Amino acid sequence: MTDEELRRLILELICEIAPEADPAIARDQDDLRETFDLDSMDFANLVVAIHKRTNIDIPEADYNKLFTLKSAIAYLLAKAKA
Amino acid sequence: MNAPQEPPSPLRLTYREACKQALRQALHADPRVFLMGEDIGRYGGCYAVTKGLLEEFGEDRIRDTPLSESAFVGAGIGAAMAGMRPIVEIMTVNFSLLALDQILNNAVTIPYMSGGQFAVPLVIRMATGGGRRVAAQHSHSLEGWYAHIPGLRILTPAMVEDARFMLIAALKDPNPTLIFEHVMLYNMEGDIDPAITCVDMDQAKVRRAGADVSLITYGGSLFKTLDAAERLSKEGVEAEVVDLRALRPLDTKTILESVVKTRRCIIIDEAWRSGSIAAEIGMRIAEEAFFELDAPLRRVCGREVPMPYAAHLEDACLPQSEAIAAAALDLVRPS
Amino acid sequence: MPALGADMEAGTLVEWCVKLGDHVKSGDVIAVVETQKGAIEVEIFADGVVSNILVPVGERVPVGTVLARIGGAGAAEATSAAETLAVAARTPPSPARAAPEFRRAQPSAAPQASRLKVTPVARRRAAAFRLDLAGIRGSGVEGAIRLADVEAAASKASTAPPAVKRGLDLSEMRKAIAAAMSRSKREIPHYYLSETVDLHAALAWLERFNAEKEPIDRVLPAVLFLKAAALALREQPKLNGFYENGTFAAAEAVHVGWAVALRGGGLIAPAILNADKKSLAELMSSMRDLVERARRGGLRGSELMSPTVTVTNVGDRGAETVTGVIYPPQVALVGFGRVVMRPWVVDERIESRPIVSISLAADHRVTDGHLGGLYLAAVARLLQEPERL
Repeated sequence: MTDEELRRLILELICEIAPEADPAIARDQDDLRETFDLDSMDFANLVVAIHKRTNIDIPEADYNKLFTLKSAIAYLLAKAKA
Repeated sequence: MNAPQEPPSPLRLTYREACKQALRQALHADPRVFLMGEDIGRYGGCYAVTKGLLEEFGEDRIRDTPLSESAFVGAGIGAAMAGMRPIVEIMTVNFSLLALDQILNNAVTIPYMSGGQFAVPLVIRMATGGGRRVAAQHSHSLEGWYAHIPGLRILTPAMVEDARFMLIAALKDPNPTLIFEHVMLYNMEGDIDPAITCVDMDQAKVRRAGADVSLITYGGSLFKTLDAAERLSKEGVEAEVVDLRALRPLDTKTILESVVKTRRCIIIDEAWRSGSIAAEIGMRIAEEAFFELDAPLRRVCGREVPMPYAAHLEDACLPQSEAIAAAALDLVRPS
Repeated sequence: MPALGADMEAGTLVEWCVKLGDHVKSGDVIAVVETQKGAIEVEIFADGVVSNILVPVGERVPVGTVLARIGGAGAAEATSAAETLAVAARTPPSPARAAPEFRRAQPSAAPQASRLKVTPVARRRAAAFRLDLAGIRGSGVEGAIRLADVEAAASKASTAPPAVKRGLDLSEMRKAIAAAMSRSKREIPHYYLSETVDLHAALAWLERFNAEKEPIDRVLPAVLFLKAAALALREQPKLNGFYENGTFAAAEAVHVGWAVALRGGGLIAPAILNADKKSLAELMSSMRDLVERARRGGLRGSELMSPTVTVTNVGDRGAETVTGVIYPPQVALVGFGRVVMRPWVVDERIESRPIVSISLAADHRVTDGHLGGLYLAAVARLLQEPERL
């Protein structure tokens, strides 16, 4: 998976969780939860969805690494290679 | 040590005597008060309410008038505008129609049209209602017509206590007030608590509490309705009897409270049914408490004919307690 | 038309999910109704066959209006004589033969005079009891069904009136919230208490609980809060129920209205039924499902009508404390603030601990602060023993 593919995937999954979300406003450094008004349940659902699509294991302790697009992509790329 | 004081025993007097006491009190209390009307002086009033007042207060204050309702009501309006406190007696409501122009077009409108520069603190007393075998010119109940007119206060005392004290309250009102005294009440006796020295003019009163049906009435029909309530009680139906006391302003709040409680209502009014105050009350209930109702609204009213002279026909034209009780029973326990 | 909110007066029927002759059973969704709180699925509470559909799609009708009639299970059978009369006035003869021609012929065949006579207050009460008036024999004037008949039928059917009437919202939700909250602040003398609770044990336990699990099976801290709040209500039943017409009635079960914020504004608190009896996993999946449907607009009428208490949890992006406004006729609202790390004294030493502020807003007409304090203490105690939740 490439950087860009992961980025598109994450935004696509966010749009499924928050249909009102406009993916165009996402900036790499921003907290996704702030940008798209995601609460704890939304975020848990995002992790579930990412896990389902990528089969990457994401322990709960690592949830905070998914808060921004930049960190999420880096984390998932690293986990995918491992 | 003083001897223990006996609680004052209730005063027992007739409705007629209560009216007279009220007039005497007013005449004593305020030099601006005077009485005008047909045969009220030398004759003592056609229902003898003013008997003896001419001797006590003199011709200046107890004034017999010519047989012209328009003239002496008009004079009363003028006197009131000039600062006096006239109490005008009209023999019967039927005759008051001759003064309707004065009452509606002058007494009511002058305070408005003068922008409040003139008040008309006029009190008009008149007899109303049927039952005395005096036929169609003397027996109708037209107080509901007057209750149509904004600017008038319409009082319908039924209890002796109200006959005794409503006049004093009415005299304090700067606007014209009409007091309707039902002809069948004059001879009735009642007790007055000696502790009472005044009554209000605005509130209907529940004269008998009950949970099954509200019987709303006033004036001469009150005692027939209370009698009907006693009959109903023997049948296991507890009626609540509301005495309106005033037809304008109408105490809608008390009416609605009772109807919301019992969910059934009959209005008893010896006036003709069409366009009556009973119709107005029924409509207000329909407007404001429709969803609380558990039975159709009903009325027991006078038959729509000029009042017959013959006793049995007159009785048949007026609401009687049997008919009131039957109507209530039909609502609460339909066969 | 069910009342889906304390202040709901009317709703628009937007979709029929059944047609004439369909067999339905209790719990089936039969229609979708647009209310002030959005599109709500209306369920049926009886088994039978749809024998008549009375409100066409697109029509706006007041609360209490009969939307459709359900015949007994088995079609053209055992209706009593009185029932047949009443039903015949409004029903095509047989669902199976209910061709459009029949329906058109109906008005002339059934003059208005044969309309079911029901007094206004009886009609209102029957709607509250969800009673079908067609089956009730009237004892009032002209044979009208009156209050006593409805109450007798209700006690016979032992159908308690629906405990609460709750609403859901979309475009007009703000109005509905305004009405409910204004009423709450006008009528309910709130008192507020709060308790600061150390979550060290609870979160440590939850971390272990979640560790071996797939993401879908992991449980959020909010679920612990919900379970603790629900269990503690068993100890203080006076906080769980309804205050109506001057009296409090405790609810038999703990149905927690879980406050769900909608993106873009608005709030709904649909019920998580029997929250005190569900496992954490069940609660998590209920909560996930409810949040999803609340935001999509797929809540059911029964979910809005049943909460006996409300719990709000501001989550990890919320404020540190929340003191709520009670949703009438409920009598309490429990609020959980954001979990924050704070210095905490443990065994005479200061440690960094995850802390949550738990608040209670309660109706002073029903309970006093002492009882409220006992409740919060119970919640705090339960959160110290997460393994027992």
